[in-house]
Amino acid sequence: MNKRYELNKELAQMLKGGVIMDVTTPEQAKIAQEAGACAVMALERIPADIRAAGGVSRMSDPKMIKGIQEAVSIPVMAKCRIGHFAEAQVLEAIEIDYIDESEVLSPADDVYHINKRDFKVPFVCGAKDLGEALRRINEGASMIRTKGEPGTGDIVQAVRHMRMMNSAIRKLTSLREDELFEAAKQYQVPYELVEYVHENGKLPVVNFAAGGVATPADAALMMQLGAEGVFVGSGIFKSGNPAKRAAAIVKAVTNYTDAKLIAELSEDLGEAMVGINEQEIALLMAERGK
Amino acid sequence: MNIGVLALQGAFIEHEKVLDKLGVDYTELRQKSDLDTKLDGIILPGGESTVQGKLLRELDMFENIKEQIEDGLPVLATCAGMILLAKDIEDDDTKHLSTLPITVKRNAYGRQLGSFYTESDYEGLGEIPMTFIRAPFVAEAKPEVDVTAVVNDNIVGVEYKNQIAISFHPELDESTKIHERFLKMCESPTVAQA
Repeated sequence: MNKRYELNKELAQMLKGGVIMDVTTPEQAKIAQEAGACAVMALERIPADIRAAGGVSRMSDPKMIKGIQEAVSIPVMAKCRIGHFAEAQVLEAIEIDYIDESEVLSPADDVYHINKRDFKVPFVCGAKDLGEALRRINEGASMIRTKGEPGTGDIVQAVRHMRMMNSAIRKLTSLREDELFEAAKQYQVPYELVEYVHENGKLPVVNFAAGGVATPADAALMMQLGAEGVFVGSGIFKSGNPAKRAAAIVKAVTNYTDAKLIAELSEDLGEAMVGINEQEIALLMAERGK
Repeated sequence: MNIGVLALQGAFIEHEKVLDKLGVDYTELRQKSDLDTKLDGIILPGGESTVQGKLLRELDMFENIKEQIEDGLPVLATCAGMILLAKDIEDDDTKHLSTLPITVKRNAYGRQLGSFYTESDYEGLGEIPMTFIRAPFVAEAKPEVDVTAVVNDNIVGVEYKNQIAISFHPELDESTKIHERFLKMCESPTVAQA
């Protein structure tokens, strides 16, 4: 196996048990780092604002990303559009630590995802189910996150995606070996990936929860459902007291089974982001890129 | 034997898998009450030192762990763990456990593109695999500190009394030599301090 790919998967391992926060300015990045973020996602507009503004949403200004890289010592991630390998090349050129080929932005290609094997920098990709996750891994993703429904503050889709993925993994582990070939065909991925999941009972890369996490209890729910860490997008900087909420979510991820602690952490956090229910939204970002 | 594995954030499960392989029991340290268990050694894993350092304090585990290390509890610190142990961090006033007289340079190899794998000598162990992920290195070690590994002229491994600190991640590679060395220290901690 390619050593660079191994190193990129291993960086994701270092992020486990942590919270990756969306930030739009160096100041927010510092607040996130001080609150205990294990990495930040630099983007011009958080998903809730992208959703509100409508229109085409693209990669952020590299100058803005560089400002954030200079402001913090933790890893910095940034998003490019699905299939937009030229945006990914730009992000690699400014030495981003992780690229998120993200459905939050408007897709640039409605058929092909980026051939992530061509890059030295690592990629994280969203997935709703095991098939999507394995297809992205086959393309070279070294980390997976649930898609959830970004910018809604509604956890229902992240829960659905994590449950679907993990139940498919459990099913795969229970198959007879001679049934794996058919499973590979159904998931549209090489046999070796299916075989890995069958033998190990997990994805070959780290799997985080993302999309709709707004409270410490949301984060704890996703961790108990099997997430290895959590992305929080709009949930922090769309809330009343970002620093306090961010720090509380970080602690909830570390001690995700300690309900007493999470109760304390959930006190006096100020207003949570308002949020919208999935039935109320016209645009389902999770349906982008399969 | 019971090894405490600091499990606040980062790659602690990887260390636990090595301990499983070596047949050693361990306790995950996630909050203060976990420190009530008697430990024969402690592992500080890789991850983000800013996150781990903050949680150590806010979950009220900091003083207890610092005192135990100062009292001779053997410690194996990898990557972020090395930063937690260091007395000084270059270009940063932050101090964490400060039990190891070194100055450490964070993200010393730059961003993720600077992460690399190599095989190199470790004092007394011969050539071992070394995986560096956004790693620190030791900018300066006080004379009383034993330098155990140097890669490209940079110090990446040190030992001092009951403390082993390395920039790389033995928990990610096949070799268990570093862990075995640490466990030997845990079996007879007084020898290590002599």
